[in-house]
Amino acid sequence: MTALADGKVRCDACPVMCIIKPGTAGACDRYANAEGVLVRTDPHVLLQRTIGGGGRVKKFLAASDWDGELVGGDATFVTAVGAGTTYPDYKPAPFIVSSRVEGVDVVTVVTEGIYSYCGLKVKIDTDRHLGHECSLVRAEGEPVGHVTTGEYGSQMLSLGGVNHLTHGGKNEGRVTCRTLMDLANGRAVELTIDGGASVIVQAGAAPIVNGVLEERMRVGCGSATIGMFAQQWFGKVDEVVVVDDHITGVLSEHQAGKLLGVVATGIRMRGRKSTPGRYFQVADPGVGWGGTNISDPLEIIQGFDRAKGAHPGLRMLMVSTTGEQFAYYELDDDLKPVACDLPQVLSESVARIKENCEPALCTVLFMAGAGGSLRAGVTENPVRLTQSVKSALTRVTAGGAPVYVWPGGGITFMVDVTLLPANSFGYVPTPAIVAPIEFSMSLDDYAALGGHVDHVRSLDEVLQSGDGKLREPFDSTLPWPLQSTARRS
Amino acid sequence: MNLRMQATLLEDGRLHLNDGPIDLIVLAEGDRRSREFAFAAAIARFSTMLDELCAELPLLRSQSRSDATAPSGIVARHMHAASLSVADDKFITPMAAVAGAVADEILSRMLRAAPLRRAYVNNGGDIALYLSGDATLTIGVVDVPEAPSIFGVSALDASHSVGGVATSGWRGRSFSLGIADAVTALAANAAQADAAATLIANAVDLPGQAAIIRAPANEIDPQSDLGDRLVTRSVGALSENDVACALASGEDEARRLIGCGAIVAASLRLCGVTRVVGSLAARSPGAERRPASAGAMLHGLEERKWRRTFASL
Repeated sequence: MTALADGKVRCDACPVMCIIKPGTAGACDRYANAEGVLVRTDPHVLLQRTIGGGGRVKKFLAASDWDGELVGGDATFVTAVGAGTTYPDYKPAPFIVSSRVEGVDVVTVVTEGIYSYCGLKVKIDTDRHLGHECSLVRAEGEPVGHVTTGEYGSQMLSLGGVNHLTHGGKNEGRVTCRTLMDLANGRAVELTIDGGASVIVQAGAAPIVNGVLEERMRVGCGSATIGMFAQQWFGKVDEVVVVDDHITGVLSEHQAGKLLGVVATGIRMRGRKSTPGRYFQVADPGVGWGGTNISDPLEIIQGFDRAKGAHPGLRMLMVSTTGEQFAYYELDDDLKPVACDLPQVLSESVARIKENCEPALCTVLFMAGAGGSLRAGVTENPVRLTQSVKSALTRVTAGGAPVYVWPGGGITFMVDVTLLPANSFGYVPTPAIVAPIEFSMSLDDYAALGGHVDHVRSLDEVLQSGDGKLREPFDSTLPWPLQSTARRS
Repeated sequence: MNLRMQATLLEDGRLHLNDGPIDLIVLAEGDRRSREFAFAAAIARFSTMLDELCAELPLLRSQSRSDATAPSGIVARHMHAASLSVADDKFITPMAAVAGAVADEILSRMLRAAPLRRAYVNNGGDIALYLSGDATLTIGVVDVPEAPSIFGVSALDASHSVGGVATSGWRGRSFSLGIADAVTALAANAAQADAAATLIANAVDLPGQAAIIRAPANEIDPQSDLGDRLVTRSVGALSENDVACALASGEDEARRLIGCGAIVAASLRLCGVTRVVGSLAARSPGAERRPASAGAMLHGLEERKWRRTFASL
């Protein structure tokens, strides 16, 4: 690169020698002028450890903002982000890097994998009904996945996979690919569920369901909430109903209320009674109170029985499992509930419920299988790589982030997309997703599994060669990719 | 050895070649050996191409004149000849044909190396193509690269005298003096289609119309072959009459180019309105005649949009 007048630079990456103005890219769109410095728009990312780097380094930190010190020779990890690929892998992976860690020679095989068999598992912390199990999830009207079995306090989506990527319609594949890439790179994507809700999903951010930001994840079901807070309500209110689509709890009938000696209130609930004080199906699922479809909580109460304990002046709190919705009533002379202001002593308990609900988040795991041809870039005998991974001699990382490798055949892994460097995911026209993957092992183990040892390059050689290397600080809360590799040897 | 160059076999059997700003998707259909020979020839030829072109860049960026020095490289001479064949004293440089000329050269090397049934070289939407026997190629054209939707489709077969398809417009990667969203030209080779599409797109214009924002080309790209000529940066709302006027001016230019034998047909697109000039006449008697409903891109832009360029080693 040559700096010219007015902040322009002359790029020397190819013989076109573009003169590039600040803020614009050269003819190839791969090199750009960022405030007088020539940068790769698609750089190869190196992770570097810094001294005393406690705590989580802020993600998406611009490289130029970082001035940390290095901790010695083994402080750099060459990730596969931007490393390229030799796909379809009739030749060794683009980078096979050796370095010394704690006196042991280790090798990291670095490549970007091209995955047709891949997808995202999305966990959305909400009790709101997003859609029935197996319902199609769409982006831009195209099917990109489906609703899968819910988890505690969360709705789960399964997105992508080969059926949507390559076996469906052409536009379906394209939209699926873009949806996966955008979500994996931390961008917000709007998804709609057939017969259900529209939800804006972004990894690490709160979901937005039908335009409403979901702030909290419930502390427990309605019944559990009664159990947790009965003591705090006792004596301050006569009845509490915790509205929940799963199990609605009623204090005076609930075991927790009985133990405290809460007297009967003659309340008659809608829905199907499970055990005392616990009701199923008080309403339909929806995006109203506690994951039901109601906006007026009195709809789930049939009435009050004078013979069974109801009396004028009876005080009742109704609250959702997250404390986000609440109402306070007193019975009039006809035993009809009349809405009143929430007394101070009760608002504290509502605040407590809220406080106990963790922030609702969308979390996104990328899941993919490293096929035979990808593994061939590592070794001439692909199955040995699988065996080496399974016997924990080889560590798999994605952009330096730890992955969970599924038991069983092949190398099928999952990784939290927020742990990878920014914009780690790309695509090819197949359509398929491009994602980084690194295999680290001792040099001896690499030779034993039939690795391309003739192509091993030293870390110094890699660091000195070529342009377009982006040095990113390593997130010190994660395990250093090479640490245990050396220790195991 | 050119270390920048990337040659990658795509999963669908096509070849992806990249060097600097040149990015090609190459198809070669024949038996397996023929395809391997063709790809080997394509890679060998491609490996020196960017260096050859760059050696003569200043000349290739200056106005094409029949009385001036001709460049010496094979591709450069093809660019020069193609730009002159459409020029008619209008301003044009050999660079107007660079994408098409590169595609033509790679295609011709493949055809010399092995017998192929069907082949094309797609250089970012400018395409050199070869069809034999009953082979056909379906082509679609898009106008807004950022939101590709195909507005015209045409099927080409060996009986059509079309060996090149190219598209130009102000929304594309290159600058345009005009306001066409997309002009697609069909010609005997890609270089000629490329140069002709550039001129027609320049002619689709409304001089002096306030809704059009223009800027000197060299203010955006200091080395642009267009110098300080005003290039289109955005097009505001136009009346139906404006659109018709601008298209009519482009159609005149397209007719001129068909008249002098430079192109076979062209489609012009502006603000959602499409005009087609010329038709795809079948070469052999008795073959079905069909009009070109629109120009072509062979999913060109789409491919560009979808392609990820891998880092070079």
